[in-house]
Amino acid sequence: MGLSVQPVLLWSDALLFVLIGVIVGLSLWARRQDALRAAWARVLKDGVAMAAATVLAVFVLIGLLDSLHFRARLPAQAGAAASYAVEVNSALDALLSGLRQRTEKTYSAPLATHLYSKEALENSTQREFPRLKHGGAHLGENTVGKLVGHELDIAVRLSRGLAGGLALWLLLVAVVRQANGLDLRALMKVGAGGSAKSAAGGAVLITLLAIFLLLGAAISLGGGYHVFGTDKVGQDVLYLSLKAIRTGLLIGTLTTLVMLPAAVSLGILAGYVGGWVDDLIQYVYTTLSSIPGVLLIAAAVLMMQVVIDTHPDWFATSAERADARLLALCLILGMTSWTGVARLLRGETLKLRELEFVQAAQAFGVGRFAIMRRHILPNLMHIVLISLVMDFSGLVLAEAVLSYVGVGVDPTTISFGTMINTARMELAREPMVWWSLAAAFSFMFALVLAANLFADAVRDAFDPRSSA
Amino acid sequence: MLAYIIRRLLYAIPILIGVNLLTFALFFVVNTPDDMARMQLGIKRVTPEAIQKWKAERGYDKPLVWNAAAAGSATLTETIFFSKSVRMFAGDFGRADDGRDIAREIAQRMGPSLAIALPTFVLGLFVAISFALLLVFFRATTLDFAGVVLCVAMMSISGLFYIIGGQWLVSKVWHLVPISGYSGGLDAAKFLVLPVIIGVIGGIGSSARWYRTIFLEEIGRDYVRTARAKGLSERVVLFRHVLRNALIPILTGVVVVIPTLFMGSLLTESFFGVPGLGSYTIDAINAQDFAVVRSMVFIGSVLYIVGLLATDVSYTLADPRVRLQ
Repeated sequence: MGLSVQPVLLWSDALLFVLIGVIVGLSLWARRQDALRAAWARVLKDGVAMAAATVLAVFVLIGLLDSLHFRARLPAQAGAAASYAVEVNSALDALLSGLRQRTEKTYSAPLATHLYSKEALENSTQREFPRLKHGGAHLGENTVGKLVGHELDIAVRLSRGLAGGLALWLLLVAVVRQANGLDLRALMKVGAGGSAKSAAGGAVLITLLAIFLLLGAAISLGGGYHVFGTDKVGQDVLYLSLKAIRTGLLIGTLTTLVMLPAAVSLGILAGYVGGWVDDLIQYVYTTLSSIPGVLLIAAAVLMMQVVIDTHPDWFATSAERADARLLALCLILGMTSWTGVARLLRGETLKLRELEFVQAAQAFGVGRFAIMRRHILPNLMHIVLISLVMDFSGLVLAEAVLSYVGVGVDPTTISFGTMINTARMELAREPMVWWSLAAAFSFMFALVLAANLFADAVRDAFDPRSSA
Repeated sequence: MLAYIIRRLLYAIPILIGVNLLTFALFFVVNTPDDMARMQLGIKRVTPEAIQKWKAERGYDKPLVWNAAAAGSATLTETIFFSKSVRMFAGDFGRADDGRDIAREIAQRMGPSLAIALPTFVLGLFVAISFALLLVFFRATTLDFAGVVLCVAMMSISGLFYIIGGQWLVSKVWHLVPISGYSGGLDAAKFLVLPVIIGVIGGIGSSARWYRTIFLEEIGRDYVRTARAKGLSERVVLFRHVLRNALIPILTGVVVVIPTLFMGSLLTESFFGVPGLGSYTIDAINAQDFAVVRSMVFIGSVLYIVGLLATDVSYTLADPRVRLQ
């Protein structure tokens, strides 16, 4: 007896779950710190920030679903041991198996019923646009071979989807109201902050309404059509866009995660210890930052490619190799971007070192490393947090550029960069194949805009310089 | 001041040596020349002779840092480290894979790179500062809020979108300028207009927002209150006082990039087919021409260090209170 699936833990999945664990742990710790709780309360009351956080949460949810990897069990043969498919899939793949498996022959426009290019049909001498295998396959044809009710079908499906989304949202609002009704008395006792909190709650609800409507429409239309069309090999573009989210999230978060330990420890060390240690660390980061970022990344990625290509025996599956390359890219991006944070932390440590509470600790005979850990580090956490959220959007955008330059993720990894890169060439066609690009850019825009708005609110709440 | 500049230049030497050692380690120690040969030749065509030939063509057939077979000073000079890394300090970058001299190629390609980068930089700075001043003039109004929202939205759009969208709209739909290409002389203008405009629009979001923050910080200072108390109009306060005093933080971020303008822009040049240093680098990366990438890394860091020095010098010009010693 075995499971019907065999779980697969890629390195990036493991790191992502570690990251989630760290965030949960830190937020539990922050709940007990008054200053931090106050700062987060400011973020929670900010309507724009909470709307952005809602959008981000949806993206993170999709990314997490896409990080639960497994190999499906092949149909068992009598008496044989259970065997599993070579292909590594994720929970998201399983959820979207409809989208994933309904591939066409090549390009087709969004919501189209016919292929993008003409083909010679079997029982005719003329070249015609063939019907899609899946997009609009349920529609009937009339006697002259014209489709019946294409627009009507789309309108019906669209309104059905929107109605479903709206209904779900109304249900949610009712539930929230019910729950809030109980909460309200507790809130009144505490008194303050009621109105701001409800404004933020309203922003979240409105964002959720938009998300539900889009989701409903996408599900309803996606059942019979390719909502964003199909790409060159006939894959559904909506599916690709959803898969690309994980890559973007990983690059945006893991990069900062891998560089933080080095940046924090070296920055504090340089600022607190001073002397030759300071000189050395400053020398290292000045040298690294004097190399133009893209070039250093390009050089490092080229070298990494040589290592991966000359050691094919290191990786069992192509998924593992692509994953290793993604992680290496995060590592390289982290290596080149830690210098800015380290410099900031060094400057801040120099200031903190002279403050009374540090001097008192020194007078009490507390050791150097204990002071750095217990007295300096907690007072720098806001800088770390701000740089973490501020870097995220830049990294997501950088991934697309790097993939275009040819030093990004593995070409088999689905990412916004690889989507744009493959779609770019098709703009010259007539009529233009625009939908892959449009889908990649709009998903990326939503992700980055939400991240930017959220980052702004976090910075405003945590930066002592900005008065609230 | 002269003593300061000389000292800073001396300080640049260990940094350049560090960059040099780093690139050497990256290109020759992480992967041996044999690995690189195997990768470039492809797994199928690899024979020991082919690898030897590949290495000999590029001068990688010497020992890394110590040539025990040679005599006298040649033990150090007849090595990869000396011939490939140390000689960069003398401006000798060796040859690219296509046999051309890299130094000459770089000198030729600097012109087109500058022709795009310089107008983009100047115009971008002017537009961003004007926009930021406008927002500050209408601060705490709906216009300001809308402007900031616009900035954040523009920051959130991928740079690739501006280029692809701009090319499509201006060249393909409106047929105003050629979609890509380059020529010398005055003819170049029609090829340059679009990349410059796209570069300015693409950069405006983040820089205008940043300048706005700087201006807002300055506007809270005491001297601004004094100027207003004197009865100066808001326009005079902004242009004559705030703008000048905000120059220092603006210079910090701006002057350092001026020398790196020589490097060109990777994306713009490759999309618009401009034969500058940016497209040179991209072609080298795609062709895995390690010699060119190594040279560009070195030149890039030299220019960055020049930029840092120029930043310090510009402080003294902008603010008489700053004295370098």
